[in-house]
Amino acid sequence: MLEIKNLHANIGDKEILKGINLSIKAGEVHAIMGPNGSGKSTLATVIAGKEEYEVTKGKITLNNEDLEDLAPEERAHKGIFLSFQYPIEIPGVSVTNFVKTAINETRKANGKKELPAKDMLKKIREKSELLEIDRKFLSRSLNEGFSGGEKKRNEIFQMAMLEPKLAILDETDSGLDIDALKVVANGVNKLKSNDNAVILITHYQRLLDYIVPDFVHVLHNGKIVKSGGKELAHELEAKGYDWLK
Amino acid sequence: MEHRITMDLKEKLVTSFLAFENNVSTDTESTIHDIRSKAFTYFEEHGFPTKKDEEWKYTPLKSVLKHDYTIFPKAETAIEFAAVKKYFLHEIDSYKIVFIDGVYSSFLSETTHDGFDICLMSSALKKPKYKMVIDHYFNKIASKKDSITSLNTAFSSEGAYIHIPKNIVLPKPIQIVHFSTGSEAQVMLQPRSLVIVDENSHVQIIERHQSLTDNVVFTNSVTEIFAEKRAIVDYYKIQNDKKTASLIDNTSVQQKQQSIVSVNTFSFGGNFTRNTLEFHQEGEYIDSILNGITIIGDKQLVDNHTLVNHNYPNCESHELYKGIYADKSVGVFNGKVIVKQAAQKTNAYQQNNNIIIDDGATINSKPQLEIFADDVKCSHGCTIGQLDEDAMFYLRSRGIPKKEAEALLLYAFANDALEKIKIPELKTRITRLIAKKLGVELGFEL
Repeated sequence: MLEIKNLHANIGDKEILKGINLSIKAGEVHAIMGPNGSGKSTLATVIAGKEEYEVTKGKITLNNEDLEDLAPEERAHKGIFLSFQYPIEIPGVSVTNFVKTAINETRKANGKKELPAKDMLKKIREKSELLEIDRKFLSRSLNEGFSGGEKKRNEIFQMAMLEPKLAILDETDSGLDIDALKVVANGVNKLKSNDNAVILITHYQRLLDYIVPDFVHVLHNGKIVKSGGKELAHELEAKGYDWLK
Repeated sequence: MEHRITMDLKEKLVTSFLAFENNVSTDTESTIHDIRSKAFTYFEEHGFPTKKDEEWKYTPLKSVLKHDYTIFPKAETAIEFAAVKKYFLHEIDSYKIVFIDGVYSSFLSETTHDGFDICLMSSALKKPKYKMVIDHYFNKIASKKDSITSLNTAFSSEGAYIHIPKNIVLPKPIQIVHFSTGSEAQVMLQPRSLVIVDENSHVQIIERHQSLTDNVVFTNSVTEIFAEKRAIVDYYKIQNDKKTASLIDNTSVQQKQQSIVSVNTFSFGGNFTRNTLEFHQEGEYIDSILNGITIIGDKQLVDNHTLVNHNYPNCESHELYKGIYADKSVGVFNGKVIVKQAAQKTNAYQQNNNIIIDDGATINSKPQLEIFADDVKCSHGCTIGQLDEDAMFYLRSRGIPKKEAEALLLYAFANDALEKIKIPELKTRITRLIAKKLGVELGFEL
């Protein structure tokens, strides 16, 4: 599904990604771990297409299509979703209205008609129940005054609504207490299928107890320095990152 | 070759003034006559302000003054309500004071004298029963050292007169609407209004200037608002006029102790708009609220000049102006806050946030804080920027295309200045206006 080959990326003159290789197939869950500043969030952001980052070498393909010239919204329309570490507050636009706009823009781009209001409501009800989100919450302004946990839960709610092919969850576990973490993990697990894939970006092993990865990669100084199965995460938890440098 | 000699506007006003005075004043000894004459002398001596005047540095009047205006509008032109319904907040019941080309329209209005006066300045200035009130309030806070305000004072004869005696919560808002019909190619209008809200009373007012054709209109409006002890006044100015309309609005507010006055200015339209808004606090525990949203493009200009005078201790002022400027539009914000030595424990907040969409647009923002008391909390902030990159990326990563994402963020940017609107139907209306102005597809309930 997603192929990353020898990816180098800069912000300004500074090279942050220094040759990433990664291959993700449908149905897989990959965890990317690593110390602060190793380039984890940059990798997520570059896949989602943020224009401030410059890809200097290598390429990313999604289902054999080169993403290089695609704007962030076009990547979203092709099924890439990035759950933000720091979701942005949008006063005056409710969660519901925002999600509706996002869904219908994506449908429009894919040559589909707008989702009928009845179906939209049904879907909102289903997904909000899955993530144990109160209906009142959905009429609040997007992320405005939300607690850290509410913001993350709301990101996963949007993911559930948009049903992406590739979901990248950037530090979704930070700011979540254990109960909220379980709810979010449960949501992600329920949405997982043989047709989609998940990249989990995280500092800690904790999230991986609830969303079990097929592969774990360690990122250090802009490169993947080690890959392995889920047991690698436990090893990292015990030993830290220093032994890999 | 034929030469047409057009008088310059000042000359024309000078000539018109004598005729005007003969027309309106039967009793030349009256105090009003005296006020008008003095004001006129001031205007005659000072003329229209130029760019050399500090307060008008970024607001050139030249394009407004170049027209050959008709000073005295014709008698009432009839308009059907259906034709202008959309300019009213018609979803709710309200009192209405409506003028067509400066002349009162009894047909479109809904005034009252039942328990309180919601009526006309012309009656208040003429009828003996209002004399005491007029002598006490009229022209007491409108600036006497501003030539344009003086010009309005000199010609003051018509506008809204609102006097709410004490202990009355007005059951419905008042709408003051000034229409111009284009019956003259170029017309100058000078409405003069007076609002007096006595102790414990509460009133909501919506004001609008609207031209119905593309003929040129220049409105020089002056309003004085008096809020007595514990009075609450919410004033909303909707400025969404045609691109051939120019407006100079001077609004002065005087507050007595524990009163709360908010003035909300929404500037979306017009060719040239200058809002001079002054608050004078004359008592303790007063709250003054100034909100503004400006969204303009083309070559439009909007200038918000505000002044808050903190004269007494324990008072607050909250000022928030937001501006979005596209194309070659020009914005000016000048926010002056004076905290006198006696005004200890003052809380004064001022915020002016602007977004420039196109390189050709400009904003001149100038906060001026003059603080003479030592135990006060005063803050001001001014930002001029573009849309936040991270926020843009967030929206686009959810599949929302660039243009729509921009519009949505601008909408969100303006949104918090809407929070203070207390009439829900008006809030919906303004929200829609903003969405329309920004091209946001609000295909959803508001």
